[in-house]
Amino acid sequence: MNTISKIFLRREAGIFVMIVLFCLAVGAFKPQFLTLQSLRIVLLLVPLILIGAMGQMLVLVARHVDLSIGSTLGFSAMVVGMMFKYYPEIWWPLGFLVAIGVGAGLGLFNGFLITLFRLPAIIVTLGTLNLYRGLTYIISNAKQIDRQYVPSELKAMSQTSPIFGIPWIIFMIIAIALLTYWFAMHTRVGRQIFALGSNPVAAQLRGINVSKITLLVFALSGALAGLAGIMYASRWGFVNPSNTGSGFEFQVIAAVVIGGVSINGGVGTVLGTVLGVLLLGCVSSALPLLGIPGTTQNAIYGAVIIIALLIDRGVRQRAIKTISAKA
Amino acid sequence: MLKKSILIGLAFGLATIVTGAFAQDPIKIVYIGKNTGNPYFDSITGGFEDACQVKGCDFLFVAPPTAEATSQIPFIEAQIQRGVNVIGIAPNSPDALNQVLDEARAKGILVLTVNGDLVGNESHRDATILPVDFTKTGPNQVELMGSMINYEGDIAILSATTEAPDQNTWIAAMKDTLANNPKYANMHLVATVYGDDQPEKSTTEMEALLANYPDLVGVIAPTTVGIAAAAQVVQSRMIADKVHVTGLGLPSEMRDFVKDGTVSAFQLWSPYNEGWLAVHFALGVLDGSIKNEVGGTFEVPNLGTITINDLNAMNTQAELTTFDINNIDDFNF
Repeated sequence: MNTISKIFLRREAGIFVMIVLFCLAVGAFKPQFLTLQSLRIVLLLVPLILIGAMGQMLVLVARHVDLSIGSTLGFSAMVVGMMFKYYPEIWWPLGFLVAIGVGAGLGLFNGFLITLFRLPAIIVTLGTLNLYRGLTYIISNAKQIDRQYVPSELKAMSQTSPIFGIPWIIFMIIAIALLTYWFAMHTRVGRQIFALGSNPVAAQLRGINVSKITLLVFALSGALAGLAGIMYASRWGFVNPSNTGSGFEFQVIAAVVIGGVSINGGVGTVLGTVLGVLLLGCVSSALPLLGIPGTTQNAIYGAVIIIALLIDRGVRQRAIKTISAKA
Repeated sequence: MLKKSILIGLAFGLATIVTGAFAQDPIKIVYIGKNTGNPYFDSITGGFEDACQVKGCDFLFVAPPTAEATSQIPFIEAQIQRGVNVIGIAPNSPDALNQVLDEARAKGILVLTVNGDLVGNESHRDATILPVDFTKTGPNQVELMGSMINYEGDIAILSATTEAPDQNTWIAAMKDTLANNPKYANMHLVATVYGDDQPEKSTTEMEALLANYPDLVGVIAPTTVGIAAAAQVVQSRMIADKVHVTGLGLPSEMRDFVKDGTVSAFQLWSPYNEGWLAVHFALGVLDGSIKNEVGGTFEVPNLGTITINDLNAMNTQAELTTFDINNIDDFNF
């Protein structure tokens, strides 16, 4: 097997090629798409999705799915927002602990329902998607947390940093992606998640504590959604009980699946997921630039997701054929 | 969701009943908003609450979780069953509610559209309360934009959704004003884009405007989510001296942008006064002191003389209010 085929066998290569082709195609019509400014726009568009996608990847690898993350994000953001509003004297970085803690708690609750009562994750998290959103309305009395209550230091994290003015939020997502890579590939527990997803029966027989792993992936998914929650307040400057996090789960799951994570469990990489997130980010920022009207953007966005999956499948099958022909 | 809204509403209602306990049988007024969690409606509701406290009526606010065409129907039905005397509503659709509103009126309930009307279906409600004569919105916004850019250069509009009737009326009036008033002959509208009232989408549309039209000097965003998103883009790119953002915004959401110089001025009306007027009008009609006839007039404390215009429409103010650094702190909505 030569190196080229090896690279093409990797799912990430297909997505990477698609990103490059897509950007070049857009750049042919709109040269301003291939500028640093444009890169900045894309990078500032994707952080929340990327944070959520790292958690969702682990959940999918473990053969589950977490549909509740949009509401987990909303609830965590609202708790933190209310803390900022009613206790403005509190040291603001504590908000990170609170958001991540609340998110992890909601994720654990999903995990408990799934492991304790042996309920399917898709149904449990569909339920908590509504439950957590409802709780967000209740605790906030359906009122928005306005811009003036969000600490300006937190908002600045999404705008700048002393390092070439690259916003802190960009460094944060790079760190999270690296940490997730290390956790998934180089820790015992991380590998157990993959083992469980590939073959749950065999995993149990080999002594992996299935319940513990399941609880862990949901807690991680919730914690990351909580982190995305405080970063929502940072990025957009407000927290709204109905808008904040609404539809987040669909963006995240689309990105993760485009990134090559199998919904049948056991398969997925951090690099693929990151590329999936970037592809969707490029598409979202290119459509308005191309002057495509809002009415057709949704349809095109959906079509791009499906085309990306089809191309990816085509590329890999061809690579497999080439290799088997040589063998 | 329904249960929760009713519970919260009941809490409000109870509070009102307690304060107005001496009244024998208080008039029950409900206001059905477009959706929950929309800060704009907090302000309208405040006007309803305060007026009901003064006049001694029982007020309840309910709203569906999402602003869909049909999502208000079950809420209207629940209020009919509860036996309210007055339904105020910000309709999510100009025609999907006809039948259920007719049902309410057949039961003797006074139906008012507040903050938005059933355009083309006015016969299905008794009267409408709008903050301002909406034909003024377009010209007022163009004039404000012009004053910020010395009446020359490329400008763009960042709107909400493509099908929002009020947005489209205003945009048509802006285009008309730009085309026909020689004062604005040097202002060129280069694009109209839609951010769907989502911060993410409004931001990408705003960024695309800046990338596509390097000579852009102004953006009008006649929607509260859009103007905040546009202002945030201009703030983070530090181009407030080059690209001027204005539009319709809430003082509570825009205060920071005005104070740091990102936005020099924007407009709106007082949503609070809509609720205040609605209660005074409804109680007047119910006790016979106000006749709901076109051309009629009546007095409302703090608002002065209100005239019932064509199609039984009333406005709380004649022109839009302009907010800037000098007055922004006078408004708490």
